Amino acid sequence: MPQHTFRLNGEQVTVEVEDDVRLLWVLRDLLGVTGPKYGCGINVCKACTSHLNGKAVNPCAIPVGAVRPDDEVTTIEGLPDTVGRDLHPMQEAWLEQDVAQCGYCQPGQIMTAVALVRRVAAEGRAITDADLDGIRNICRCGTYPRIREAIRAGAARM
Amino acid sequence: MAAPTLVAAAELGLVGRPAQASTATSGIPSAEITEILDLNDLMTVAALPTSGLVTVEVHADGTVSFALPRAEVGQGITTSSAMLIAEELGVPLDRVRVGLADARPELVFNQLTGASNTTISTYTPIRVAAAVARSRLLRAGAVELGVDVGRLRLVDGVVTGGGLSIGIGALAERAASLEVLRVGVTLKDDAEFTVIGTPRNRVDALAAVTGRKQFAMDLQVPDAWPTMICRAPTINGKVRAVGNLDAVRAMPGVSDVGVVSTGVAVRARTFGQCIDAVRALEVSWKAGTVEGRSDDDVLEELRRAEAPMGLKPLVPHVDATFTFRFRSNSALETNCAVADVRPDRAEVWSSLKSPIVAKKAIAARLGLSPGAVTVHVTEGGGSFGRKLFFDAALEAAEASKLFGKPVRLMWHRADDSRQGRTHPMARSRVRATHLAGSVLSFRQLHTSVTTDLGHGLGEVITAMAASLPVGDVAFSQTFFQLSQNMPYDFGASTRQLRETGRGFNTGSMRNVYSPDMTCARELVVDQLARRMGKDSYQFRRAFLRDARARAVLDKVAEVGGWGRKLPDGVAQGIAFHGEYHSMNAVLVELDTRPETTQRRIRDGVAGPRVTKAVVAVDVGRVVNPKGLEAQMLGCLMDGIALTLTSSLHLVDGHFLEASWDNYFYTRQWNTPPEVQVVVMPSTGSEPGGAGELGVAASMAAVACAYGRATGTMPTDFPINHDTLSFEPKPAVPPVPASPTDGLTWAQ
Repeated sequence: MPQHTFRLNGEQVTVEVEDDVRLLWVLRDLLGVTGPKYGCGINVCKACTSHLNGKAVNPCAIPVGAVRPDDEVTTIEGLPDTVGRDLHPMQEAWLEQDVAQCGYCQPGQIMTAVALVRRVAAEGRAITDADLDGIRNICRCGTYPRIREAIRAGAARM
Repeated sequence: MAAPTLVAAAELGLVGRPAQASTATSGIPSAEITEILDLNDLMTVAALPTSGLVTVEVHADGTVSFALPRAEVGQGITTSSAMLIAEELGVPLDRVRVGLADARPELVFNQLTGASNTTISTYTPIRVAAAVARSRLLRAGAVELGVDVGRLRLVDGVVTGGGLSIGIGALAERAASLEVLRVGVTLKDDAEFTVIGTPRNRVDALAAVTGRKQFAMDLQVPDAWPTMICRAPTINGKVRAVGNLDAVRAMPGVSDVGVVSTGVAVRARTFGQCIDAVRALEVSWKAGTVEGRSDDDVLEELRRAEAPMGLKPLVPHVDATFTFRFRSNSALETNCAVADVRPDRAEVWSSLKSPIVAKKAIAARLGLSPGAVTVHVTEGGGSFGRKLFFDAALEAAEASKLFGKPVRLMWHRADDSRQGRTHPMARSRVRATHLAGSVLSFRQLHTSVTTDLGHGLGEVITAMAASLPVGDVAFSQTFFQLSQNMPYDFGASTRQLRETGRGFNTGSMRNVYSPDMTCARELVVDQLARRMGKDSYQFRRAFLRDARARAVLDKVAEVGGWGRKLPDGVAQGIAFHGEYHSMNAVLVELDTRPETTQRRIRDGVAGPRVTKAVVAVDVGRVVNPKGLEAQMLGCLMDGIALTLTSSLHLVDGHFLEASWDNYFYTRQWNTPPEVQVVVMPSTGSEPGGAGELGVAASMAAVACAYGRATGTMPTDFPINHDTLSFEPKPAVPPVPASPTDGLTWAQ
């Protein structure tokens, strides 16, 4: 069986699995990294959003064979380490706004938010309502208003 | 955590609820059953005999734990329960650990999470259990410190008095060894509260934002490999034959394939390989339970089942008919369960709101005695009514038995949407008569596809039947009559539920009958106001019977600036709903202008947008205002979706929706940019329900705003149902292929 090596939350990992198994299942079912959640499996709900080399991606739509050895995969579990702290500023903002209800979608929401803020900062501008309207992550508990507040608060500290 | 050393239980007498205050209004009084007894009273009384079996445990490390016999699915009850304990016991909130109890059959009717009843039914029992523990710790402290108990206080987890102090951890063991006594306790007076009524963040928030919160599919149960079911292309179709079992069994990662009662189960090393195997299966299917039927057929059946409205009245009247389409109560966490079935016993993990019924049903399915089945209740990733049932737990048990191995069974999103439970399609007809400034009568005939209540609430109703004022009628009639009420003085107010049609997988969805019933009623209220030349807000205000109701209505009108000038195509809507001993009003502003409705959204629906929403809520006694506000926000998002965007389309025996880009629950682009929730100061000493409370008035306010913005009262919900806004995915294979282009979307 093929072996796949990549960097996961700062560590080199190697798994033996068929090339076409999507990264989400490699993370969850083989490596036991369960922060990224399943909500649809077709890159719609965004509950599994994680970062690949700092950009938001959905591992449910990435065959593990497409991940290169030097690619850095960051899940919610590894987010604080990217800033060398116990919690990322966006996670802190999430706590202050008490965003989560059931919490199932929130790891994906936070990973989306961090990538969005980075992208907008790279464009040299502030977050707009249109940016927030463009977020596709589903929250079936309907925490959307608090998500919007938390992203603005988290962005101010990133 | 240290072993529990002190276990304190509540034992209660009957707790009465004071009669609701009612003041005279200009209207004609209508008698309401729900003012005498409502569904929540019924559930609370049913839970009462076993309330003494609810225990708070104090540990040697100074922490306090409590196994809540309810399901936490996002509504915040672990947090509010921890607050009750912190308050009465005198410990810091962060030292209280609230977990979820396994199924406990001895609790009988006291382990059912539904009807927004948790805080109502557990408010006093949890406080009493904590107060008993406090009393025992104080007595132990008196012995330990040699100080008279009357001089001791327990604050912040420390017993203090006579210049001495000792932590509760050090006292736990001694407190437990005191002889078991029936102790009378006095609960704190409301005026002394320092925790109850203060805004607190969720106790599980840190776990949620770090990815450490564990849901059923995150549990690491040894050898519980991913398992998925290949389902029929039509609702509830069953397997006739499978053409390629051996070939699929030989696919990469697959360990087992076999026919179960709902399809073909596949167990594999990863869920991705389950999906591939499900897609590869060649299955011929028997007809489903609604074979060949479509939306219009169901609508026609509802029409035929309707009770007659009677002769046209001789006085002025409003007649209106409303249609409410099938809607999905699918949560983001799909139906799922872990099961480990052995020849002589079984263990199941799942988020279950009726775990006792689930345990009995699983035992029956497996041919085991209920005592041989252990059912663990896990944290749930949303419910909205879905987790009252245990469809996945039954399947997991069946598959684990068939394969002789543990399984981690999860539904694919497409299945959860197409074959999962739905809120039934319904029609509501209203006739209101009015004359000389009074509303003389209000009659509402609600006709619905049958709602499945076979999850334990039915058992509660059966057991309590003798004491019901509605006589011996079907569960659904009892539920309907005990949950619906007419808050306005509209003279002779009557309502009736008729149910028809079976074969659908239905269930109650957040707020059950109320969103549809209230939406129809509030739209007719707007019509009455218009006919009588009154302002929508002032008209409601004049006819609302209850002072608390008028207060929440006034609050949203004031905060939301009722009547302010808005551009053409933008309008306000205002609506009221009271239930669960709580009151709720919602005011929204809705933008129906083309530049808003025609926004381009990839694979989504823009439509009219609620640009501003104000929600006022009075739950009697507020436990956690921050959690209450969160529930109102969620209810508002549900209400927006119910009026504007979310429905299932039934075509030829199956639902078309297979994705969140097909079933249009509220998304960020539909979310009001401006939202305000006003939690009214506590108006009583007993908490009302809140988890579902805000859906009905939210749905109704958006509908009323749509009517005012467009000049036409909407009658078919959601308003975009007639436009199919997506391309349906195939039904064979039942689940879509996993995409491979994820990297191209990186951003």
